[in-house]
Amino acid sequence: MKQVISIILVLLIGVLIFGALYFSSDESLKFNEYGKVNLADRVSEKYIDKSVNGGSGVVEYQKSEGLESGSANYVTSIIVNYRSFDTLGEVTVLFISAFGVALLLGGKRKRQKNMFEPNFILKHGARLVFGLMVIFGVYMFSHGHLTPGGGFPGGSIIAASILLLYMADNEFRAKMKSLKATEGIAGSLYVIIGLLAVVLGGYFLANFLPTGIVGDLLSGGVIPIVYILIGLKVGSELSGIIDSFVTKEVE
Amino acid sequence: MMIQYIAILLMLVGIYGLLSQRNVIKMIVSLNIFEIGLNVFIISIGYVKDGVAPILTSVNNSSSLMFVDPLPHALVLTAIVIGVGVTALALALARKMHKKYGTYELDEMGGEA
Repeated sequence: MKQVISIILVLLIGVLIFGALYFSSDESLKFNEYGKVNLADRVSEKYIDKSVNGGSGVVEYQKSEGLESGSANYVTSIIVNYRSFDTLGEVTVLFISAFGVALLLGGKRKRQKNMFEPNFILKHGARLVFGLMVIFGVYMFSHGHLTPGGGFPGGSIIAASILLLYMADNEFRAKMKSLKATEGIAGSLYVIIGLLAVVLGGYFLANFLPTGIVGDLLSGGVIPIVYILIGLKVGSELSGIIDSFVTKEVE
Repeated sequence: MMIQYIAILLMLVGIYGLLSQRNVIKMIVSLNIFEIGLNVFIISIGYVKDGVAPILTSVNNSSSLMFVDPLPHALVLTAIVIGVGVTALALALARKMHKKYGTYELDEMGGEA
């Protein structure tokens, strides 16, 4: 009975969604046909030309200099430059959820045994891979303004490397105090950079450093700094969540 | 076009799971399926035919090229992170419930506690 009612409800919702998006008589509600988007109709064109505050012409890789947001990766320039305040809120949400997990599962905790006893090769092979994964994670968030990726994926990779150590070793336990310290320092530095920008750039989280040449490693002003902070924060936060789940409370 | 239909179908599968399942873990999985469908749909809105990835490189070296829309990518990145947080919190709640009632089934969580 429950299933029948659910199917009916789901079909109703489906008809509403499909009808509104694809078969509506109201032209303003309809989407552009898939793949036939004119970016000039959208705000994104301003982001691509980096001309939100006024035209700057064509942006060329390794040539254009001193743009309003000097990141070669447009997604990064939106996340950490144009919509940085949004990202600050997002990081706060992640912090609150990590805090909530720690609060719910909290207390003094000890390591929970894995389902199997890891052998010598697994234990030491995991340590070898751990180093490479951390290096890759750091590469990812320090090159967030040039290549795909950035603070959030880089932090997740670091957290995954910690999870690997937990899985491959029954005794391993991350140092929670240093993780919490990293998280707190990185989060506060993000806010401090924002406040510094009020003094130096005129508004909260403004890009107050020179943006350099597009495509250089040291370009984009505060973007690489903020993304490194986000990477450290996300990595330590997710590691903390993982630690909460693989440990159990001491009775 | 096909990918948008598939994304909406994924969303509907997620809604069905949320409505019909009474197991907490299954409900969390449904929530995640719903979220993935939504994310795929938002990404598909920004697709431009023959557009390149919105990153300037030594090959795609000018902003006058045809890029796909970077704004949905940025929004979905936010949504994914929020999704991770929600899932972690939901799993922590589920584990707390399991500790108290000894089951993940909502129907079996009777008045014994």
